[in-house]
Amino acid sequence: MTDIDDSVSHPEDPPRPATRRLPPPGMMAVFVLSTVAWWIAYQANKPLWDWLIYDTIHMSVDGRTGSAVHFFLYDTTKIVLLLAGIIFVITVLRSFMSVERTRSLLGGRREGVGNVMAAGLGTITPFCSCSAVPAFIGFVAAGVPLGVTMSFLIASPMVNEVAVILLYGLFGLDIAALYVGSGLVVAVVAGWVIGKLRLERWVEPFVFETRLDGKVVDPAAGLNWNERVLMGKQEVAIIIGKVWPFLVVGIALGAVLHGWAPQDLFTKWAGNGNPFGVLVAVLLGIPLYSNAAGAIPLVEVLHAKGMAMGTVLAFMMSIVALSLPEMILLRRVLKLPLIGVFVAVVGTGIVATGYMFNAVL
Amino acid sequence: MNIKILGTGCVNCRNLEALTERAVAELELDISITDVTDIADIMSYGVMSTPALVIDDEVVMAGRVPGYDSVRDAIASHT
Repeated sequence: MTDIDDSVSHPEDPPRPATRRLPPPGMMAVFVLSTVAWWIAYQANKPLWDWLIYDTIHMSVDGRTGSAVHFFLYDTTKIVLLLAGIIFVITVLRSFMSVERTRSLLGGRREGVGNVMAAGLGTITPFCSCSAVPAFIGFVAAGVPLGVTMSFLIASPMVNEVAVILLYGLFGLDIAALYVGSGLVVAVVAGWVIGKLRLERWVEPFVFETRLDGKVVDPAAGLNWNERVLMGKQEVAIIIGKVWPFLVVGIALGAVLHGWAPQDLFTKWAGNGNPFGVLVAVLLGIPLYSNAAGAIPLVEVLHAKGMAMGTVLAFMMSIVALSLPEMILLRRVLKLPLIGVFVAVVGTGIVATGYMFNAVL
Repeated sequence: MNIKILGTGCVNCRNLEALTERAVAELELDISITDVTDIADIMSYGVMSTPALVIDDEVVMAGRVPGYDSVRDAIASHT
């Protein structure tokens, strides 16, 4: 554990052409034109389907089939546009950050401040759960305390761009902001608690023996704009390629419920009156990983039919933050009892958030 | 010359490997590509973000799948 203050900049490397602060004018023009085209498509979405479904093939606005078909086509187009646009922008912006930079910012940080920084950095650092194991080892090797590392690993998937964008698209800015804020609080507090419990004995011993040797390679260094744009396009293709089947099924189920389910169907078991609603939603969310995209259109309808907003937010957090595949990955560096503590602490935080919002909203 | 792909078997690692194989074939090089999947081995190269492309034990790219042209140029510049 001697490489605490290793730097990720390599002044002695052969100079690469420095990244321009702003994209070249030609690329700028393409950005502006794409933004305008995206905005026109987004604005035209509803009039287009109104015209096609109601005016051209004359389905009834009040009929169930007509409104379900309209809901499906409109919602699918809207969510795909939102996902593509915002994932691209976020990926290009995030290409200026890297796990390696976050690691050197957190190295040697104390708990408390470290937890807050780790949660904040977790939301802006580009991070693939497939790199969770090397990142965990790298953080430990840099002297980042266990609880601070946990805050990063909790915030990174929880304040997930797909979840936030979909919440924004379906429930508006207030709810998306509430989700981000409470997600950060859960990550800070859960990481801090795990740190206080002093559970280093439940970290696999090889983690402390593995060294990050040589110069640390910073993937964000020296990228040019073409490379950043390529990363943005790849990310859009990867995420949409991964989520579209869930999205289509989720929106189709949502459309059916939208057209046929009675208005107060979920008020009873998932409304404000049911004290177990949040708990059930959080438990249901654990096996539903990577179906966040499919779950949200469904959740939109559940909310419209009476599910309380705190329950909705807790359900979303559980889907993205407590996932079986991630736990299986973390099992390579954490012993089972620590994974159990992780799930219990994060789960409790999410459940508490859900009840709090149900009480105040 | 030796080429290694560092990665734990994720989709991006396989994509990078496919690009590298294509580049090696196009450049008509007779070298094999080695997969490095062990975490300790990956980290011994200073790599925390996978996938990474290593040519002659030098990390050329990490944490992303580059465009085909940059993979080919990186390999060509080492021959």
